Amino acid sequence: MADPMKIRAQMKGDVAEIRVLMSHAMETGQRKDAAGKTVPAHFIQSLTVEVGGKKVIDGQTGTSVSRNPVFGFKMKGAKVGDKVVVNWVDNKGDKRSDEAAIA
Amino acid sequence: MNTTRRTVLKGATASGLLAGLIAAGALRPAQVLAAEWNKAAFEAHDTAGALKGLGAGSPAESKDLMLKVPDIAENGAVVPVDVLSNIPNTTSISILVDKNPAPLSAHFDFANGALPDVSVRLKLSQTSLVKAVAKADGKFYTAQKEVKVTVGGCGG
Repeated sequence: MADPMKIRAQMKGDVAEIRVLMSHAMETGQRKDAAGKTVPAHFIQSLTVEVGGKKVIDGQTGTSVSRNPVFGFKMKGAKVGDKVVVNWVDNKGDKRSDEAAIA
Repeated sequence: MNTTRRTVLKGATASGLLAGLIAAGALRPAQVLAAEWNKAAFEAHDTAGALKGLGAGSPAESKDLMLKVPDIAENGAVVPVDVLSNIPNTTSISILVDKNPAPLSAHFDFANGALPDVSVRLKLSQTSLVKAVAKADGKFYTAQKEVKVTVGGCGG
């Protein structure tokens, strides 16, 4: 199980700003280790963001996303206290789900 | 026989990607969480192939699609990319790095009040054009900017 995500969700006027930091190696499958062996690809493939029980972001990612990915999203129609749930799944089937409330 | 698949498997063995591919394929049924990962688009080795995989063909240039990237990235491993679409009814945004081994980097679909305004951090293997592609009312729009990379984000 991967480390927890850090989720920060804040209202700025009528727009909610959601920032998510995920803890993941995001191996591209291109890199070689010290012994010259290729490190197999291991990366997050899909992520979703739900706010107040509704899916707002449905994302897919490839190997170009940086190690320990950071994503920023914005939405309208949310309010302080709404629950934010973020999920990700990687190419090996590992997954992680974390939640926070909009401040 | 599915010859495309054989070629892919052969090529993957050569580049040592086989383990990853098997893991991705074998574990697919478990990924019910989100829309199915667009394998054709994400594994395309050039921008044209990735766009085709997205169904975007040749998108029209648009000034209403804002792409914010640094002109020069000292560290290609972490390049901040912000995309904001002012095109009405934008439902999805994709981000591509032209010179990366697999150009398509991220794709986001928006629903239930989400604004077409995303930020990500990407790896750039070398100096490259970064492209944003937005879908609005079934049409595709694009914007691009070059990022100069002094140290690549791959290898090392």
